[in-house]
Amino acid sequence: MLVSRKQAPSLKRQLWVAFLVVPPIVFMSLFVVYPILSAFAYAFYDWQGLARGEFVGLKNFKEVLFGATMAPVVWNAFLHNVYALVALMIIQNGGGFLLAWLLYKEPFGFRFHRIAVFVPVVLSTIIVGFLWKLFLNPNFGIINQALYSLGLDSLAKPWLGDSSTALGALILANAWHFVGFPTLVYLAGMQRIPPEIIEAARLDGTSEWQLLKNIVWPLVAPSTTILFTLLFIGAFNWFEIPYVMVGLDGSPFGTTDVLGLVFYRTAFGNQSASIQNFGMGSALATLLFLFIVVFASMLTLWLRRREIQF
Amino acid sequence: MKLTRRILMGAAAGSLLLSGTAAMAQQTELTFWSWRQEDKAFYQDTIKKFQEKNPGITVKFETYAPENYQTILSTALAAGRGPDVIQVRAYGNLETIATPGYLLALDQQNVPELANFPEASLAAETLRADGKVYAVPFAMQAQLVVYNKKIFKDNGVNPPKTWDELMTLAQALKAKNITPFANGTATAWQNETIVGGLLSSMLGKQFEADIVAGKANFTDPRFVGALTKLKDVSQYFSPNFTGVDYPSSQQLFVAGRAAMFAGGSYEVANFKNQNPTLDLGVFPAPVMKSGDQHLIATYYDGGYAVNAKTEKKDAALKFVRYLATPEYGTAFTNTLKNLSPIKGIKIEDAITQEVAKLAENSMSYLMLVRFRYQEPSGSVLLQSNVQKMLAGQQTPEQAAAEINKGIATYYKPFQK
Repeated sequence: MLVSRKQAPSLKRQLWVAFLVVPPIVFMSLFVVYPILSAFAYAFYDWQGLARGEFVGLKNFKEVLFGATMAPVVWNAFLHNVYALVALMIIQNGGGFLLAWLLYKEPFGFRFHRIAVFVPVVLSTIIVGFLWKLFLNPNFGIINQALYSLGLDSLAKPWLGDSSTALGALILANAWHFVGFPTLVYLAGMQRIPPEIIEAARLDGTSEWQLLKNIVWPLVAPSTTILFTLLFIGAFNWFEIPYVMVGLDGSPFGTTDVLGLVFYRTAFGNQSASIQNFGMGSALATLLFLFIVVFASMLTLWLRRREIQF
Repeated sequence: MKLTRRILMGAAAGSLLLSGTAAMAQQTELTFWSWRQEDKAFYQDTIKKFQEKNPGITVKFETYAPENYQTILSTALAAGRGPDVIQVRAYGNLETIATPGYLLALDQQNVPELANFPEASLAAETLRADGKVYAVPFAMQAQLVVYNKKIFKDNGVNPPKTWDELMTLAQALKAKNITPFANGTATAWQNETIVGGLLSSMLGKQFEADIVAGKANFTDPRFVGALTKLKDVSQYFSPNFTGVDYPSSQQLFVAGRAAMFAGGSYEVANFKNQNPTLDLGVFPAPVMKSGDQHLIATYYDGGYAVNAKTEKKDAALKFVRYLATPEYGTAFTNTLKNLSPIKGIKIEDAITQEVAKLAENSMSYLMLVRFRYQEPSGSVLLQSNVQKMLAGQQTPEQAAAEINKGIATYYKPFQK
């Protein structure tokens, strides 16, 4: 059907559109845009508890990035976020891609597995965190118990208490929780590939590896764009799993500290260790927000460019 | 005729209304906020007793979840609202609310009962900037060692007096496959309670005085020596203790599988609730050599404050004064098994009596009382560095140096 672009839609239709669009815009402005902007403003003030003090310009930002007290904590946490991003990129998104490929080939019981792989995504993150904390308990957790019963006593560890394994344990728990999401997105992407392309490649005698590398992977690029961008945002906003499993302090001794935890401790205080500094917390949140917006946009643009239209 | 009746009825209704408002004006309703949902029954009871004595005043008790309490409260206060009477915390957390002027300063003029409180408890509710008291303290807590009397009796051992006795006792229990200490270090703040419970007698009151006076810092041999002892005794903590968090170590002790728990006096009521058959006792941190003074580490939880902007100041002060009476302190201590700091209370519970007696010889729970006002707080530093030391990732000397370095960023006497 051809519709002239110049023809203005009827008033009734305009009202209908406004009726649909205005409430969510008002809602978003009130509960998303306004708090973000006010947090941005808060960052320029000195705070005493939740009472606003005097305007201090960029002092809070300077403290967060270069201050002797805050900066080492912030950069330590930032590196852990980067580590989590890279590790989850490989384990969670990479694992999702491989799982999707297995499901795509429709092996025996694929209908069951297609649902099973997505079930943990539906669970509450709090529950997943507690569940994994129990699994990893050094004395009665299922993981160490399994190692003991296999005679692999030397591999049993206090996973969440050992500085060399704690962050890795959090990453694995997170990957277990969310791997179903990239799996589903990649599976949908693979099912969009015209079957004749894959059949033609098969007829030409490509190996499975070549098929994956040269045909499937490039053709699911749009899925990769979405998943990588979402993971990037998720990895730098990472909070729930660390909070539930190791607490606000990034225990043991800061080896699992991430920016989300630092922000919470700084802005709202940690009842059992520190007091709150709302201005510095707001400054950190603002910096994190800007970092994510800028890099996520750049990442999206770069990933978009390598997508192939078909 | 009709009209006069209407007028009469109107006048009657009007006078009824007027008398109604007059009665309401006499009745002052106070709101009272707290984070202690679990103590609601106790507070309702207290309010009933108070109302019987003060017929013109009613009190409405409202609670909020502890983790959100400070935020909800400060938001309300910042907006010029908030309750008339407020349960507040102590030390650094009190300052975030008292500094902006939200609380009414209390003294012996408006609350004469303050004379009945120990100095240290009032210090906990004092703003350092103006030296004024802003709340009536409600509970003293202590860090010490809680022990399972049955396990001690079955193995023929007594609470240790000296550090050497403690080590021998722990060794003997471990040889019999009993976990000597239920403690674990995975939950950061547990490291601070362990230090308070086990090392206070070795640090000593003089150490605290020297730190406050700026004559010593945390690289002092007394502090490093105590940390070294802690490292020694950690071999008797719960198996895999670096991965054992607070709830797990509590469970280990409650199940009767460990003999001791270094931690807060508040644990006792909690342990008993979960397992009423437990027979418990407490003892202070062991001393280095016999003859030294046994100490526990004490601090105050918080207090009851009056909103500076309340329009019902007189009624609010009356209620807060009631919360400062020995009568209230006695009820508080015996019902909640938490030690009220008010002098002259009668304690029924045997362990609470014991804690009160031990508290006669005490030092401050140092980092909370003295160094939780600025970042990096002494608590943050102590918790993470002791955790690291007990995990074998740094020596006691390194831990002490790190703690000292952090505090020196804002504590002038350490900067010399």
